[in-house]
Amino acid sequence: MLSQQLAVDRVFHALGDPTRRAIVEKLSAGPISVSRLAKPLDMTLAAVVQHLQVLEASGLVQTEKVGRVRTCRIEPKGFSVAERWINERRSLWERRFDRLGELLGESDRK
Amino acid sequence: MAQSSVTHSTFIIERNYAVPPEQVFAAWADPAQKRRWFADGDHAEIEEHRLDFRVGGIEKTRRMITAGPFKGTPLTNDSVYLDIVGHERIIFAYTMTLGEKRISSSQATVEFLPNGKGTILAFTEQGAFFEGADGPEMREQGWKSLIGQLDKVFAH
Repeated sequence: MLSQQLAVDRVFHALGDPTRRAIVEKLSAGPISVSRLAKPLDMTLAAVVQHLQVLEASGLVQTEKVGRVRTCRIEPKGFSVAERWINERRSLWERRFDRLGELLGESDRK
Repeated sequence: MAQSSVTHSTFIIERNYAVPPEQVFAAWADPAQKRRWFADGDHAEIEEHRLDFRVGGIEKTRRMITAGPFKGTPLTNDSVYLDIVGHERIIFAYTMTLGEKRISSSQATVEFLPNGKGTILAFTEQGAFFEGADGPEMREQGWKSLIGQLDKVFAH
């Protein structure tokens, strides 16, 4: 559970930056080379690479170097982490309603 | 520009109970009953639970996690009641805080629907789940405080 919580925090941290959100949005249209990604963002290649490293560490994005070209793409598995966290909240309520059922069952036996 | 990372999500849970709506409603309205199913739970000890069940009333629940990687971390629910219609409907808003880090804010709607001799409990949560909505410094603080808690746990 620890690694899951840390993974969730990494995803939220990754998405907490507007530039990184813009990168993810751009990548959702399809894979692209880092240099082409950097152009419209109006920042140095080094800055973009740093953002990509955060995104890669969170599992949201995958980059691959073939020859001299580094390509990046969305890693679909990464987005399920945030979903899982929300599902945990739902499970918390499900367990509460289980206990409510037991409590109500008790009073029924009186 | 303020940095924010908020995920919005709505989920619905429906449950069937073989007792009338008044009884299910009472389990939400009576502090002694509410505590038993809401505040109590696995891996957590209730440190505080108080309930002022009326529109504008506050409910505070504080638990200490007793097992797992967040052992020793307090988990707090702060609720305020927005709408109450006896035996029919309860609407409340609540935030959840882990350690010193607030992690979500939600609105919950509970409906008690007669179903023959029993009740359908329809629960809808509309939540804003966030990390660092207060900005990068607060986010870092929250992260550091969480790491600090973990350091304490692993120091043993």
